[in-house]
Amino acid sequence: MDQGRPGGEGVNSAFNWLFDPDHWSGPTGFPARILEHLGYTGLSVLIAALIAVPVGAVIGHTGRGTFLVAGLSNGLRALPELGLLTLLVLLTYVGLLPVVVSLVVLALPPVLAGTYAGVRNVDRSVVDAARGMGMRGPSVLWRVELPNALPLIVGGIRSATLQVIATATIAAYVSLGGLGRFVIDGNNAGPGSPDGYPQMAAGAVAVAALALTVEGVLALAQRLVVSPGLRATNLVGKNT
Amino acid sequence: MIEFQAVTKRYPDGTVAVDSLDLTVEDGRITVFVGPSGCGKTTSLRMINRMIDPTSGTILLNGKDIRESDPPLLRRGIGYVIQHAGLFPHRTVLDNVATVPLLSGVDKRTARSRAAELMELVGLPSTMAKRYPAQLSGGQQQRVGVARALAADPPVLLMDEPFSAVDPIVRDDLQQQLLRLQSELDKTIVFVTHDIDEAIKLGDRVAVFRVGGRLAQYDSPSALLAKPADDFVSSFVGRDRGYRALGFLTATGIPVGEVATVRAGDAPERAREALVDGWAVVVDEQNRPLGWVSADLLSTMDKSVDTEALVSGGSLFEVDSSAGGTAGSLRNALDAALSSPAAVGIAVDGTGAVVGGVTADTVLSALADARSSGEVPG
Ligand SMILES: Nc1ncnc2c1ncn2[C@@H]1O[C@H](COP(=O)(O)OP(=O)(O)OP(=O)(O)O)[C@@H](O)[C@H]1O
Ligand SMILES: [Mg+2]
Repeated sequence: MDQGRPGGEGVNSAFNWLFDPDHWSGPTGFPARILEHLGYTGLSVLIAALIAVPVGAVIGHTGRGTFLVAGLSNGLRALPELGLLTLLVLLTYVGLLPVVVSLVVLALPPVLAGTYAGVRNVDRSVVDAARGMGMRGPSVLWRVELPNALPLIVGGIRSATLQVIATATIAAYVSLGGLGRFVIDGNNAGPGSPDGYPQMAAGAVAVAALALTVEGVLALAQRLVVSPGLRATNLVGKNT
Repeated sequence: MIEFQAVTKRYPDGTVAVDSLDLTVEDGRITVFVGPSGCGKTTSLRMINRMIDPTSGTILLNGKDIRESDPPLLRRGIGYVIQHAGLFPHRTVLDNVATVPLLSGVDKRTARSRAAELMELVGLPSTMAKRYPAQLSGGQQQRVGVARALAADPPVLLMDEPFSAVDPIVRDDLQQQLLRLQSELDKTIVFVTHDIDEAIKLGDRVAVFRVGGRLAQYDSPSALLAKPADDFVSSFVGRDRGYRALGFLTATGIPVGEVATVRAGDAPERAREALVDGWAVVVDEQNRPLGWVSADLLSTMDKSVDTEALVSGGSLFEVDSSAGGTAGSLRNALDAALSSPAAVGIAVDGTGAVVGGVTADTVLSALADARSSGEVPG
């Protein structure tokens, strides 16, 4: 019963489970599960970005189809991921596809909204100058609007990634891998079992730790891809 | 040459921004569009590079209808400078300036070395090349904007209130620089402003627009000041137009009288003997003016004329001289006289050395002469 309560021995047993060397090797160990988890996440976010960045960019650039951004974002956000997954599994089959589709649906709105807002918010006088100097539409988008929109695009991708990492645990509901395995298996093992609550909690902690790590890596990546000129506040005074 | 032929622009909401405009912009000159807010200056300007297309009428650039040109290609041959510069925040200053050459297919190295030349031309130190626009002051950003517009060496330059967002001192600097650049480059410049002083200072020709997009008068600045076409123009040109018109009359040949001078460091007793009407100009070794000294002031100095304690002088009036100075205008001469504590304007030569003094009376009689000889219209 003690194990059902957070704190005290419960937390200790969770950490003991987490750091048990036996749980860090083989196809059911943490490294393998983390890789699976990252795989689902990476694949879903990538697909979402490949769809949402071009769509958001074109809508932001042309100003046409703006209603799509609001409508799509809200509509997709309203869908419960687990419900969607169950539905997809019932309609299709058990496997990677329904999982990835559910996660892509989750990742689309923040990337779409970030890209659209990023492109739309580029200073109008900058866009005007670009056109006035003789850039054609695609050049304006590619060389001026997108580079200036990068902070918001990357921001959208970061928040999508965080949500997908947290939600990718649902893969385990349909017998796939990932860190959700520990949560589901722990739950199935029942209270009192040494592989019960401690395993569940260890899985949850691992998901949180993974999310924080990935967030850190993406924050670094953002610094690398975004022009220093857009971090103006850090720059003023430097070099002067 | 840019020709507007019966050009009208009506926006979709029915606003007539430009109404049947006929106007010819001459090559190698600065033509200024001036007028109150909303009178269609920007619209007229942007029709030249097809950022806006007219509802009716024709615009010819060097005799060719601009509708026959592909807008991006047309624009690469026309420099464009806007109010807040519109620099690309994500690119360095150097890459901003290199934009149009790169667009036109020049290789990166050549474009960048061209950009570096342009930075020098507009007076930006090369240490700024690697900075980003956010690291520059407003005035520096405008310089970059001008350099960027000139980078591909376009024959035509369009400028939409480029200097209106900077403080008066920086603005004056930028205006002087534009005039200097223009004397070297001979571009065809169309310059939009709502500031009549700027228009008069920069323009070879000034087009005054009235609200509703109609051209009220198109003339040289001096003619505009001397003979405003109607009440609208005369009220727009402003109250001081008589005084400002003096700026267009050269003071060459007006009599420059003697002026009392004493050398810094002279003994006060000797200086006292030199005073005329109680005042004398104190000069340095090169005879350049340092300020004025009066009888009262001298009585406070015991050993020598103290340069720290002088009354500062008024503006200086430069007279044409063999040393290469430019002839000042009657306005300069009058201002020198009015701003001097001794009521005598200091006249200097090209080297800055004092050559004499002018009084307001001399200037006014020179003006009367100019009037009677018909030099001043009106
Ligand atoms: N896109 C537009 N749609 C409708 N009306 C417009 C549009 N752009 C400008 N106008 C109107 O056309 C008129 C002329 O505008 P324009 O921008 O050419 O004026 P301006 O002389 O440059 O004024 P300012 O000195 O304030 O810049 C104004 O009444 C303005 O409201
Ligand atoms: Mg305007």
